[in-house]
Amino acid sequence: MIGRGSIGGGGGFGRGRDSPSPSERYAAPVVFLLPATILIVLFFMLPVVTTIGLSMTDISTLTFRQPKWVGLENYRDLLGDPSVGRIMVNTARYVVFTLLFNVGMGLMLALLSTSIPARYGNQFRAVWLLPRILPAVVYVLIWQGLTREAPFGLVSDVTGISRNWITAAPWSTIILANGLVGASFGMLIFTSAIRAIPQELFYASAVDGATTLQTMRRVVLPLLRWPILFVTAYQTLSLLTSFEYILLLTGGGPGFYTTTVWALHAYNLALSNYFGNVQFGLGAAMAAVLVVIGIVVSLLYLRVFNFRALVSEPKVEVN
Amino acid sequence: MPLLPPRWRLVLLLLLLLSLPIAAGLAWLLLTGAFDRVHGLLPVKPPDLRNWRFLWEAIGGRPPAIVPLVNSLIFASVVAAVELVVCSMAAYAISRMSFPGRRIYLGLVLVLHAFPAVSLIIAIFYILRLLGLFDTLAGVILVKASLELPLGIWLMKGFFDNLSWDMEMAALVDGMSRYRLFWKIAMPLVRPGLLALGTFALLSAWGEFILPFTLIVSGRSWTMAIYLQTFLGEAFTDFGMIAAVGLFYAMPVVALFLLGQRYLLNIYGGGVKG
Repeated sequence: MIGRGSIGGGGGFGRGRDSPSPSERYAAPVVFLLPATILIVLFFMLPVVTTIGLSMTDISTLTFRQPKWVGLENYRDLLGDPSVGRIMVNTARYVVFTLLFNVGMGLMLALLSTSIPARYGNQFRAVWLLPRILPAVVYVLIWQGLTREAPFGLVSDVTGISRNWITAAPWSTIILANGLVGASFGMLIFTSAIRAIPQELFYASAVDGATTLQTMRRVVLPLLRWPILFVTAYQTLSLLTSFEYILLLTGGGPGFYTTTVWALHAYNLALSNYFGNVQFGLGAAMAAVLVVIGIVVSLLYLRVFNFRALVSEPKVEVN
Repeated sequence: MPLLPPRWRLVLLLLLLLSLPIAAGLAWLLLTGAFDRVHGLLPVKPPDLRNWRFLWEAIGGRPPAIVPLVNSLIFASVVAAVELVVCSMAAYAISRMSFPGRRIYLGLVLVLHAFPAVSLIIAIFYILRLLGLFDTLAGVILVKASLELPLGIWLMKGFFDNLSWDMEMAALVDGMSRYRLFWKIAMPLVRPGLLALGTFALLSAWGEFILPFTLIVSGRSWTMAIYLQTFLGEAFTDFGMIAAVGLFYAMPVVALFLLGQRYLLNIYGGGVKG
C-alpha cells in the first residue's frame, strides 16, 4: 500500500516540521476508532465475559438481585438433564439437513443461473434474495398461510391432504423455510467463483467435445472446492447458533421439545416465561457453550481460510 | 462464465420451477391481504378493505399501528446512521493510519465478523438492564448497530483501500486536518460503499425480530416486527388482516430492495446470516 502510515498526525509531514510527537501522532487514530471500540467492548467483549460469568451463578427470576456463585453446577445440571440428549440430536439434525439443502440448492442455483443469458440469471438471483430480505416475521407468516388446512392452505390444496403442515411435518417445514433463506448465501458466493473461472477453460473443454454436464462435473465443480468448503464452514457455525425461524414457526414444539435446538433452549430457559421461573444461569451456561464454540471456530476460520479472498473484496494488501 | 448451453431455455424453465415456491409465497401475501377470502391462491370472495382496518383502529389491546410504524422508522434509520458514521470512521483509521495494534484490530474485526453474535443475547439482556436501557428503543438501536459493526467496518475498509492516496496526500500537505479530510474528501469518494452499507443496514434493522422481541416489552416501544408477531399466535386468526399487516410491513422492503439491488448483491455475498 502506498505511503501507509508515512503521514501521522495533523499534517506535520511536508510542512518542514520534525516528525510529530507520539501523542500528536496517535490522537487521530484514537478518535476515529473510539466509537467503534466502545460499542464493540460493550456489546461483544463484555457479553462474552458476562455470559460465562452468569453461567456460574444461580441467577433466576427469584435471585435476580442477589445471584449466588455456584461454580460449575449449571454445567453439571446440563450433563444430568435427560432432555439435553434429545436437544443435541435435534440440533445435529437441524444443522446437517439445513446445511445440505443450503449448499446443494445454492450450488444448483449458481450453476443454473450462470448457464442462461446474464440478464435472466441476475433476475433469478434477485428473486432468491427476497426470502432473506423479507422481515423474518413476514416470511414466517407466509409459511403459516401456505401450510394451513384445506381449503385455505396451498400445500393442502395441492397435495389433497388437508393438514396443518407445520404441526404435521415440523422438521420438513423448518428445514425448507431455513433453506430457502440460506441457499442464497451459497448461490452468491458460488456465482462469483464461477464467474472468476477463466473463459479459456470453457473454450478448451468445448473444443475437447465435452458436454455441458461434463464441463460442470470436470471443470467447474473441482474449482469450486474451496468456496463450497467455506460456505459449509460458515453456515455450520451460524446455523448452530440460529433459532429465529424455529422460534417463530414451531416455538420448539409441537409437543415436548420436538424441534427444540440448543440455541433455542438456551434462549427459552433464560428469556421466556414459559417455565415460570426463568433460569437465567442455566440458560447462560448453554449459551456459554455456543459462545466458546463460536470464538474457537471463528479464530480457526481466520487461520484456515483466506478470508480476504472469500468473504469480501478489499483490493489492497493489508500489509 | 460458462458458455451458453445449446438448450439454455430448458435451464430457464428449471429455474422457473425451482423459484415457484417463492413466487407462490409472495402471491399468497398479496392476494390474502387484498381479498376477503382466499383458497390456496384463488380469491373466492371480493376484495375487502376491512383487512386494512388495523390502520385506523387499535386491534385487541394493541397500540394503534402508527406507533410501531414510527418506532420501526426511527429504529431502522438511526441504526443505519450510527452504522454509517461509526463504521466509516473505524474503517478509515484502519485503512489509512498507522498505529500500534492495527493488525490485531483488523484481525479482531474479522473474527467478530464470523462470530455468531446472536449467542450473546442472554448477556446483552442483562447488560441493558444494568445500563438502564432495557425496554427502550435507544438500547435496541445501540445493540443492533453494534452487532453489525464488524461487517460494516470490513466493507467500508475495502472501499477506503480502493481510493487513491494522491488527493488526500495533497490535502494533508496543504495543511488540512485529518478530520476535515475524512469528512470533506474521503467520505464523498466512498459514496457507493455508504449506499451499500446504508441499504443493507436499513433492510436488516427494518426486519429485525429477535432483538426488539427480547429487549422491548412495552407497547409504546414495539416495532412492526413485534406488532405483527403478536397476531401470529392467536387462536382465531384473521389471516386476511394479518396478511394485510404483513404486506404493509413488507412494502418498504420490496421498494428499497428494487432501488438498492445493485449495491446489495455484493454485501449479501459477504455473509451476514446463515
